[in-house]
Amino acid sequence: MTRPTPETLAHSVRRARPATEPAGDADHASTPRNGSAPAVRQPAPAQVSGAGSLVRSLEALGVDVVFGIPGGAILPAYDPLYDSTVRHILVRHEQGAGHAATGYAQATGKVGVCMATSGPGATNLVTPIADAYMDSVPMVAITGQVARPAIGTDAFQEADIQGITLPITKHNFLVQTADEIPQVLAEAFHLAATGRPGPVLVDIPKDVLQAPTTFSWPPTLDLPGYRPTLHPHGKQIREAARLMTSARRPVLYVGGGVLKAGATEGLRRLAELTGIPVVTTLMALGAFPDSHRQHLGMPGMHGTVAAVYGLQKADLIVALGARFDDRVTGRLDSFAPDAAVVHADIDPAEIGKNRHADVPIVGDARHVIDELIAAVTTEQAGRPAADLGDWWHQLDDLRRRYPLGYEEPGDGTLSPQYVIKRLGEIAGPDTVYVAGVGQHQMWASQFISYEKPYTWLNSGGAGTMGYAVPAAMGAKVGRPDTTVWAVDGDGCFQMTNQELATCALEGIPIKVAVINNGNLGMVRQWQTLFYGERYSNTELGTHKHRIPDFVKLAEALGCVGLRCESAADVDKVIEAAMAINDAPVVIDFVVGKDAMVWPMVAAGTSNDEIMFARGVRPAFDEDEM
Amino acid sequence: MTMHTLSVLVENKPGVLARVSGLFSRRGFNIDSLAVGETENPDVSRITIVVNAESSPLEQVTKQLNKLVNVLKIVELDPQVSVARELLLVKVRADRNARGQVLETVSLFRARVVDVAPDTLTIEATGTPDKLDALLRDLEPFGIKEMVQSGTVAIGRGSRSITAGPALRAA
Repeated sequence: MTRPTPETLAHSVRRARPATEPAGDADHASTPRNGSAPAVRQPAPAQVSGAGSLVRSLEALGVDVVFGIPGGAILPAYDPLYDSTVRHILVRHEQGAGHAATGYAQATGKVGVCMATSGPGATNLVTPIADAYMDSVPMVAITGQVARPAIGTDAFQEADIQGITLPITKHNFLVQTADEIPQVLAEAFHLAATGRPGPVLVDIPKDVLQAPTTFSWPPTLDLPGYRPTLHPHGKQIREAARLMTSARRPVLYVGGGVLKAGATEGLRRLAELTGIPVVTTLMALGAFPDSHRQHLGMPGMHGTVAAVYGLQKADLIVALGARFDDRVTGRLDSFAPDAAVVHADIDPAEIGKNRHADVPIVGDARHVIDELIAAVTTEQAGRPAADLGDWWHQLDDLRRRYPLGYEEPGDGTLSPQYVIKRLGEIAGPDTVYVAGVGQHQMWASQFISYEKPYTWLNSGGAGTMGYAVPAAMGAKVGRPDTTVWAVDGDGCFQMTNQELATCALEGIPIKVAVINNGNLGMVRQWQTLFYGERYSNTELGTHKHRIPDFVKLAEALGCVGLRCESAADVDKVIEAAMAINDAPVVIDFVVGKDAMVWPMVAAGTSNDEIMFARGVRPAFDEDEM
Repeated sequence: MTMHTLSVLVENKPGVLARVSGLFSRRGFNIDSLAVGETENPDVSRITIVVNAESSPLEQVTKQLNKLVNVLKIVELDPQVSVARELLLVKVRADRNARGQVLETVSLFRARVVDVAPDTLTIEATGTPDKLDALLRDLEPFGIKEMVQSGTVAIGRGSRSITAGPALRAA
């Protein structure tokens, strides 16, 4: 075991300034997430450089932390940053900075900020920016650019990052003069945080950072083409309420928009008022308590049988902040054939994109849900709501017959599902869980019980391997008093584990459970099922050769490294990790490679074809559904 | 597939055209023609896009365009109540023998000769895409050496203006 030296701890204490606005769990419910402008402070006008203006703008916007790496073009910004109240966390790779900003934003609801230099620094941010775009994460990326006279000349470390990120940002800016820096920053934060959140990139040429300017605050926003609709149309709400009280087989299909809008309290009231079954997507886990009687689980490719069939057989789907992603719908033309669709989203372009909406509602989920509660109450006063007894009877029967579960491996190896299940039980519902992408992600979504909002972070839309460690780092920075567990695979972990060095040096004690099956497990599962068990390039050697040795790797990175190879040790090792709070901890869980994620709707097939386990189709036809 | 004419009012800023055209290719739409220029308000540019699409994908592209921060307003122009024009410049082979016939075609289509060389005439014509197609068909037998066409520009009939509105005053 290696623990940080007194010097590194002293370093982290000196560097770690308290967050100016600590965001406890209690704040989440009361903080409106969409539609509110960022906090604004009012410093006096001052003569500064463009870089000084940038840093003062960040301070004025209430930014408490920036994840980044300096380099030539962004270097002027790092000088005023040295004296700033803004904490800069020096990461080891720009991708880590981007995902850390995302993890921070997902855990706190505030805008996450990352910074990089021009050229390769900026292009290394492309993956986390694309990731944040797919999952609608409020993020501002600040990049240095070569000086204006050099733009377009293929100068050293020049890349057209504005052009490169055009399709993966909500908006981006190439700053032309130092005077516009406060306005551009304020606009960037406003765009990132309001409406449908998303990443915004601000590219600033080096000569602009060096130019003298006057910093004054607050600037005036000039965004005439940006007017997100927050309040839904009353007529549509009344129509939705009418359908919700008359449908016989309704389902509330809840997506990540409900978390982003801070609407989870309202969701619970709406669900309990109507008695309608709830499914929460991969992006919405925690928006509705897993233990709630009305929760059918997660829909989609690896969803529960009850959730998949609930949607499939519904006569009414009420989609709240969800986007009918292909992983949820399966083959679109056979998805929920009998359902009328009420689709509420803050982004009008999502409505009707994949599935026709019978009742389109544009608005912030918080307002939509509040108004639905009022309208449903009125409807219920007028006439009794439809009886959902038969519907619940069918769904309960499915839940009873096809619960989530797994078989212990026949070869005596450690079961990955058991490890994850125990982790969830021991760490509890107040912990933030951050997953990578693959089998471990799906098991973490299935076998950990999410009872509270903002306790589950993952890369849903983009499916970015390597997300977990840096995102957990960002989450822990944003919520230092909360336990943060990354649940990672051995493949994912090898993509971004260098950020553990950042965690060790900066005093960010995250915990990482590496579910090490020695393989790219999800790809291997597909090879097992669809490629005749031909395991082309999925064996990583982390079992066979123990390269790398994750315990030694963890220790080399300044973390505590632990290993667990048997079911008997699982609790003990997790508890040992839970007891360490002064250093990051990595547990190498050496698990069997043959475990598979079930249930499964194979890609490109209909949800009707869901497999409960290999070769086992649920029996539905006798259900008279 | 049917042709739709979209008038897209945008902030007159660098890179806006790339955002708009990039969105079309990214979402799998084919632009049939595109024309861009300033409006009566120098802060606002107007992009006229003719796109070949079914109505439901067109609605999706319109919604996606509306999400672009620099896009102020989008109006689909109904061909029944709007005027659409293209500009054509064409260099036609016209030696001593053919010149008379070429000039006759030019006057039939109310086009104009804008440049004369010993063996060619350069003709300017404006009109609907149909009219210009017909002109080209008639000129083809003489021999077309070179031609260039603008995208369609279009404007609604009547006194109403699509550039009036609160969003545009702010720009």
